[in-house]
Amino acid sequence: MTSIDPTTRDLWQVISATDEVPVGMVETTMLLDVRLALTRDNDGNPVVWRRTDEEQGDEIDPETIMDRLPAITGYGYVWTSLGNPPRELFPIPEYAEADRKNMSCGSIGLAVSAPRAVENFLDMGHFPYVHTDILGAEPHTEVKEYDVEVSEERDEVLATRCRFMQPKAAKSATSAMEVEYVYRVPHPFCSVLYKSCPEDENRRDVIAIFLQPMTEERCRAHLLQSMIDSTSTITDLRRFQQTIFGQDKPILENQYPKRLPLDPRAETPIRADKSAIAYRRWLSQKGITYGVIPMAS
Amino acid sequence: MTLSLSDPTWYPIASSEDLPYRHVYQGQLLGRELAVWRADDGNVNVWENRCLHRGVRLSIGINEGGELKCQYHGWRYANRSAGCTYIPAHPADAPARRIQNRTYPVREAYGLIWSSANDQQAFRPFAGAEGHDWFALRPMPVNAAPEDVLAALVGLAPDDQPADLLPGLAVRFGGTYYFVQPVDAGRAVIRGLLRERPADPVAALRHYNELLSKLRDRLERSASRKPAPEPLQPAYDKVSADLATMPDIAIPRGNTVTVVVKRKWTSADGVIGFELAARDGHLPTFQPGAHIDLHLPNGMTRQYSITNGPGELMSYIIGVKQESASKGGSKVLVETVREGDLLSISEPRNNFPLRRDATRTVLIAGGIGITPLLSMARFLDKSALPYELHYFTRAGETTAFRSELEALHGKVIFHTGLPRSEIGTTIAAALGQWSMAQHVYVCGPGPMLETVRATATAQGWPDESIHFEYFKNDKIIDSSSSFDVELARSAMTLHVPSGKSIMEVMREAGLTVPSSCEQGACGTCLTTVIEGEVDHQDVYLNDSEKRANSCMMTCVSRAKSARLVLDI
Repeated sequence: MTSIDPTTRDLWQVISATDEVPVGMVETTMLLDVRLALTRDNDGNPVVWRRTDEEQGDEIDPETIMDRLPAITGYGYVWTSLGNPPRELFPIPEYAEADRKNMSCGSIGLAVSAPRAVENFLDMGHFPYVHTDILGAEPHTEVKEYDVEVSEERDEVLATRCRFMQPKAAKSATSAMEVEYVYRVPHPFCSVLYKSCPEDENRRDVIAIFLQPMTEERCRAHLLQSMIDSTSTITDLRRFQQTIFGQDKPILENQYPKRLPLDPRAETPIRADKSAIAYRRWLSQKGITYGVIPMAS
Repeated sequence: MTLSLSDPTWYPIASSEDLPYRHVYQGQLLGRELAVWRADDGNVNVWENRCLHRGVRLSIGINEGGELKCQYHGWRYANRSAGCTYIPAHPADAPARRIQNRTYPVREAYGLIWSSANDQQAFRPFAGAEGHDWFALRPMPVNAAPEDVLAALVGLAPDDQPADLLPGLAVRFGGTYYFVQPVDAGRAVIRGLLRERPADPVAALRHYNELLSKLRDRLERSASRKPAPEPLQPAYDKVSADLATMPDIAIPRGNTVTVVVKRKWTSADGVIGFELAARDGHLPTFQPGAHIDLHLPNGMTRQYSITNGPGELMSYIIGVKQESASKGGSKVLVETVREGDLLSISEPRNNFPLRRDATRTVLIAGGIGITPLLSMARFLDKSALPYELHYFTRAGETTAFRSELEALHGKVIFHTGLPRSEIGTTIAAALGQWSMAQHVYVCGPGPMLETVRATATAQGWPDESIHFEYFKNDKIIDSSSSFDVELARSAMTLHVPSGKSIMEVMREAGLTVPSSCEQGACGTCLTTVIEGEVDHQDVYLNDSEKRANSCMMTCVSRAKSARLVLDI
């Protein structure tokens, strides 16, 4: 079996949308090559354990499960860990704002490593080609200069002043607009995006992607939207994000190698890839080896 | 027999029929995935199936006829060289030339496409290949080890017709030839050829397909009982160190290429066309708007724009104006260079890059200035992007490259012999009012350039939408500054006073400094800058190269800072 680096082992990892786990019934999944089972107890709290002979849909009394893995809920999802996780999840303060529509937008299986999927989430250059007429369209292909830093204090990658011309930036957009993005990577397999909100120029829509690394070359993408949108229905907003990810999936699954190469000479970065370069370096520095091809030492 | 990643044997990897118009075919040989595509000029490309940018398969890309476009970020790669010609995320910059995908040798023969893992062996036809009208069977993929597939094929030989093993996993009996394409350790494709076209092709195809299907089923049954062989593990080549670091601006240094003058002809009154061909294989990748330095037999260097379209790398076609020849510039070229002569040229450079993200592109040429714009029009034409080309020539002149221009599908307008007063209004009408993502490119005599610039500005075109190129440095060099230059490798610090160039001061100090034009146009004195801020006054480096502050021309450029450290 693949070895799991200590950093990855001790992180909180997402495994399921909370409201998709029925109380007293078994759900099964996989995390870091380990087969897991989960359910919720009568108080609604998640219970996660290493799966033995349980099957999906079995009824189970959560009180009988002794050998539990750590479990918490956050941002509409259940998180667990195979090691010793920190006390709290990384912060997304906007999630608590009362007037936002918070929703999970589905979990999509991807035959690619989790870090490849994070990098795609950070990338603006593909908008006109992969999300044609939604997040981008020719001739507006230019990726303008933006800023990237790795915040020591918060231990996250931060890309700011990212601007891109978009024909239909959000479900509520009615015309093309130059959209400003801020990207955070607060977790090796999670990223949070803040984008200008068509409805309120002083606030930002939040879209986050939480990747569940199932194996080194397979993951599930769990999506969170936290929107300022008074008109669209939750179904509309979900459908919009699912369209976007449906477009990304075939491209991601045609990427080789499937694990993310951390050697700077493995692929050819350009200025537009500054955030990806920072992300790859950050993974290297943290000693992440799961789902990546580490630099030859 | 075990398969080897470095096996130099030529194997068939596709049928000719697998490569219809503008298709990209996914193949595999010895564990390596291949993107196989035919350009509009008929050339078949066999490339590593992976965009150098982010590793996405090129087999899901778009064949644009002369270039292959990656689905993920729209990067374009040229027919033949696999060199990157355009990066849409940075539409105003010419990509670093060394972004070049891995290519494999290719030969199309007997209805099949042949390739090899490396170029250690020249292609040799199999015994008895010549002189027949070969008929390719439908390929049969088999999940079994290639050597087992060959052994099973040998077993198909009729009793009275012994199998004749050919080099490279192939077998023949009578007029039937089978070639085994080693896809991977546990996978193969059987590619059959019949020596003569059968009387009933459909019946023949059906017969062999049934025969080979049975063989496949048998092979796969027996393969499933054995442990699966370990797949081959091909390694990806690393990109060069300078491409892996940021920024991506790599300024090429005077590599020269020897070319042969394949054709010399009069294209119009006063314009001589030269076709310069590679002696061997193809020429380096170029982008629309690029030029070459041509080193003339008398020691002079002159710049000429490449007129070619996308992926045309077998020869560069340039146009030389006779009139300027009489002034000494290209006299030697026009008068003494003949077909068959060898000339030395630089690799292409591009100070006039074409953005392909415009909603409307206006190309304005005057006289011999048509040459870079012809290339641009050809690229836009191939990608079906909207453009208008206005070509101004004097009364009584014939139009250079007329037939090439008439072959284009876009709007090409010839303006011949307009009176001076009408040229301005014609340009004004051609430009129209500016709106977002419109660009104009102009090349022609100085006064025309000025007219286009002034008119465009007056009609609301911003500077960054007006593109032109200098081949001569007409700017007045400001040599009023004084500063120190530290020569890092020579361990020497020199003072450059006002009125003298860095080059002059270095020569006075006894250093040998190569140079040619000494007006900041040819690039011969290109020097790496280690420290300090450069006051660029040349026309050789493009804007992004100047901004990078990593190189300078010591003949005209100076320092903004008090001190410069150069790698000399």
